[in-house]
Amino acid sequence: MWVLLGIAVIVIGFMLRFNPLLVIMTSAAVTGITAGFDVHAIISAFGKAFNDARYVSIVWIVLPVIGMLEAFGLQERARGLISNLRGATTGRLLAGYLLLRQATAALGLTSIAGHPQTVRPLVAPMAEAAAEKQAGSLTEDEREEVKAYSAATDNVGLFFGEDIFLAIGSILLMKGLLEQYGIILEPFELSVWAIPTAIAAFLIHGFRLWRLDRRLSSKSGAEPDGGEAT
Amino acid sequence: MITLTWVYILAGVAFAAFALFNLADKSNPRRFGNAAFWGLMAVSMWAGDWLGDFGNGLLVLALVAIAGFGGLGKTKGNEILDVTKQDRASRYGNGLFAIALIIPATALAGTLLFKEFPAMFDVKQVTLISLALGVLIALGVGYAWLRAAPSLPLSQGRRLMDSVGWAAILPQMLASLGAVFALAGVGDVVGGIVQQAIPEESLLGAVIAFGLGMALFTMIMGNAFAAFPVMIAAIGMPLLIKQYNGDPAIICAIGMLAGFCGTLMTPMAANFNLVPAALLELKDENAVVKTQIATAVPLLVVNIALIYFLAFR
Repeated sequence: MWVLLGIAVIVIGFMLRFNPLLVIMTSAAVTGITAGFDVHAIISAFGKAFNDARYVSIVWIVLPVIGMLEAFGLQERARGLISNLRGATTGRLLAGYLLLRQATAALGLTSIAGHPQTVRPLVAPMAEAAAEKQAGSLTEDEREEVKAYSAATDNVGLFFGEDIFLAIGSILLMKGLLEQYGIILEPFELSVWAIPTAIAAFLIHGFRLWRLDRRLSSKSGAEPDGGEAT
Repeated sequence: MITLTWVYILAGVAFAAFALFNLADKSNPRRFGNAAFWGLMAVSMWAGDWLGDFGNGLLVLALVAIAGFGGLGKTKGNEILDVTKQDRASRYGNGLFAIALIIPATALAGTLLFKEFPAMFDVKQVTLISLALGVLIALGVGYAWLRAAPSLPLSQGRRLMDSVGWAAILPQMLASLGAVFALAGVGDVVGGIVQQAIPEESLLGAVIAFGLGMALFTMIMGNAFAAFPVMIAAIGMPLLIKQYNGDPAIICAIGMLAGFCGTLMTPMAANFNLVPAALLELKDENAVVKTQIATAVPLLVVNIALIYFLAFR
């Protein structure tokens, strides 16, 4: 029962906005000690897992390319492209990206897009430019909201697309776990049931993007379908 | 054979360069902290497999000590002027997109192609290997066509890396915390509590407890993979599958997706929720989580309903 103290440390630490790295380390220490491990064992377990998870940090090697392209005006170009495109709105743009992200993730192509690769250099500046066109001008808060929607759309697209693919980690985890209980299933039998939720995710998030569009357009008094009215 | 080790060497080079650029940057008052932090990341990439478990643990402690006690700063110089960027953007036009798309295009092509050559490539890691290859090709094209100064990608990459800061290692840290939780048996304890909380003789109650449990436990752990075995052991297997004869494929597949709704709502899923806030330089680090809640909650309800109506026909 005492091992749950580690969870309490995490929740309270995040709520009080301590540095998350310190919170995680404290939680690991508390959990390990209450479970009866010595300090050496806790540090070793943590170090082993950290080393095994290095592949998560590989994605940062794209930053030099993004940095180079941004120095040559990639974000400015992305904005320019959208402001010249008639009928381009934030909602339509993000809904299109959502569909693309879901479709490619469903084919197992989860790493071809992402926050460093596509959201920061392309999607967010494009969404921002479309929003500027719709609303006339953006307040600081609206700018933040459009950027946050760009990141959120990438996440929703990835999460509710990837499980349609047969060989993704979570499908293999389910298959392996069910085998331990003596239930043998093919990956396909599992992944097909990710489709209803994928459709629901597109409808729900798409509806919110449509509402975002309406909010932005109503600011300038234009019709919801963007630049055409002006 | 080309394995992930090669990619780790490349990542180590990038982190080492970020460290050296920081070391030489007098405009950042905490430049030694930044240099040490990214330098340790380079060591982890290059030598992680030789340091031993305890050695890696000490390396993590050093990273946490640097970042946790305010040892990281940001450069003041190094920004490219907006006029210069505008000017260059109109000169190079849409070709800039072509270079940006080299990375996903190579990742896509490599993933499909390299699988056919299991003797040359580690087939389990082809996407990450192709991603690294795409980065190298994009850099090569950038040097050749844009005539970028040799140090520009690394110095600008360093600026972006420093704006992400310590959030860059949060995903790895949380994965490690998950390992300690697993070792301590946290999941079993939570499962036991959940089992006691379920109303008896109510299928709907059990389905709701399963879906909500997946989402809540995912929020605490930061990923659905940790929550899934616990909730299956506590509710999925004994109640939904054995007692109520539910379809295991539907219960598992949609149960996992109920967990993903939790991933959208927690700062613990750092790489999806906190890292982009840092990358997009948002004022509120929880802005992405807050935006996602209104998608995640109705979708969680849909998932619970889907399990209830589809799995027990």
